Amino acid sequence: MATTITQISIFLENKIGSLNETMELISRAEIRIIAATVSDTSEYGILRLITTDNARAMELLRSERKNCAQSEVIALSCEATAASFYDRLKVLSADGVVIDYMYCFSIKERSFIILRVSDNDKAMVSIMRNGLKSLSESELTNL
Amino acid sequence: MNNSKYYQPEIETLSRQGIEQLQVDRLRKSIDQAKRSPFYSKQLAAIESAKINSVDDIRSLPFTTKADLRENYPFGLNAVDQSEIVRLHSSSGTTGNPTVICHSKHDIDCWANRLARCLYMVGLRNTDVFQNTSGYGMFTGGLGFQNAAEWLGALTVPAATGNSPRQIKFITDFGTTAIHAIPSYAIRLAEVFNQLGIEVKRDTKLTTLIIGAEPHTEQQRRKIEQMLSVKAYNCFGMSEMSGPGVAFECTEQSGLHIWEDSFLVEIIDPDTLEPVPDGQIGELVLTTLDREAMPLIRYRTRDLTRILTEPCPCGRTHRRIDRLKGRSDDMFIVKGVNIFPMQIEKILMQFKEVGTSYLITIETVGNNDEIIIEVELGDAFTDDYAQLQNLSREMTRALRDEILVTPKVKLVGNGTLPQSEGKAIRVVDKREK
Repeated sequence: MATTITQISIFLENKIGSLNETMELISRAEIRIIAATVSDTSEYGILRLITTDNARAMELLRSERKNCAQSEVIALSCEATAASFYDRLKVLSADGVVIDYMYCFSIKERSFIILRVSDNDKAMVSIMRNGLKSLSESELTNL
Repeated sequence: MNNSKYYQPEIETLSRQGIEQLQVDRLRKSIDQAKRSPFYSKQLAAIESAKINSVDDIRSLPFTTKADLRENYPFGLNAVDQSEIVRLHSSSGTTGNPTVICHSKHDIDCWANRLARCLYMVGLRNTDVFQNTSGYGMFTGGLGFQNAAEWLGALTVPAATGNSPRQIKFITDFGTTAIHAIPSYAIRLAEVFNQLGIEVKRDTKLTTLIIGAEPHTEQQRRKIEQMLSVKAYNCFGMSEMSGPGVAFECTEQSGLHIWEDSFLVEIIDPDTLEPVPDGQIGELVLTTLDREAMPLIRYRTRDLTRILTEPCPCGRTHRRIDRLKGRSDDMFIVKGVNIFPMQIEKILMQFKEVGTSYLITIETVGNNDEIIIEVELGDAFTDDYAQLQNLSREMTRALRDEILVTPKVKLVGNGTLPQSEGKAIRVVDKREK
């Protein structure tokens, strides 16, 4: 089975306190953050989050008129070894899937890879054809 | 109250010839009246009003400038005895003496009537509830609109500035149908409406917004209209010309009718001081035609605009001026190029990703002057770096094509630029002077 999950992206200004301010806002929602990453250019950054209740988080962000958006990403799981990680990427690469960025977290022996690809359909066909499985939002929530 | 489309049909639709005849008559009277003041008794000593036979004869008169008002501070231009004066308004004196404008009872009434005519023109009647968010006091937007809306017979709410939640409570509780606000404050109100979860269309009776005092672009107006679900009309005025109501948009929203029974309009080249042909941008020069306490002859406003020559479909014969292009003294020069903030705003507002606020900073970096433009992102946010970088690039290119200098565009988050409840600050010049 292949499915995508939703991540939230929030624009961060390149100044002290902007991440803090955003997290303070999100902390008002009674939600859990499953994964988070911040990337930056020289002028600004983007905070990306996967949470247990994206709708609630978006509502809070929008109420404060934060620049935010939702987008679809793919979550794969593998063993927490470099070899297993490589196995996953290898099949995607062989099928010509282009990865824009990724982030990753591990729980004991399992690793979870969040992938943003330029073509979700192509990626999902590849995942199914190779007998792999991407995780649904509820599976991530119940880890 | 009449049922006419016009507040004063006999004046608003007077023939061109009729307007010019009225102007010549009133110009002669204004010259005679002005000469009763210490300043104009000298300035116009050689002028005989009887020799004025056409509106073009005004070109034989000298200009009046803001410096003249400052040098003759406070009462050197008064043409009536102080017992006749009932009010004065004064501009802030950030650079030297403030300017003071004195009004007789007649002047206050003419002004109120003229601005009431403007309000009527955009659909306000005595059944409307008009809320004024201007500061009351020396700023003419306060008492000026108060008097005019009362003159019209509308229920007038003198809410004054600030405290946006309280403004919104008045709007909902009193059934406010029309608001006067400066453009940057209208945006602030729209944001607070949004935060309070109040939908203007569903939860209020608001239909009309009057915006003025700050130059703004057509795109900015459309944005405000959309944010507040209202029709927004542009008002032009200045304290030297009594205040708001010198020119005002009709429901066509295409240029501002300048009331030629009260003002004689000239557009000049600010360098050569010669008139420019109709349709060309130049400095607006105004002569008061119905002011008693303090007539001003050929006053150089420093505001840039042009005459729109086509007749207006609304049927009013008073000519229209284009929305103000900024002030000749708002202009800044970078790398030898004259740049107006409005040129930059016009370009920025063409991008749907842009929010409502921006800030232009000019700095000296090494031996060069640089323009840095911080632009707030709007609700249409993309989370893709490539697209964000592309947006900066596209903006830079479009701006360079317009202003001929390459600025540095910096994207910033919504609501992060300093917000003022007064006039928005758009340009910060950090160059050493």
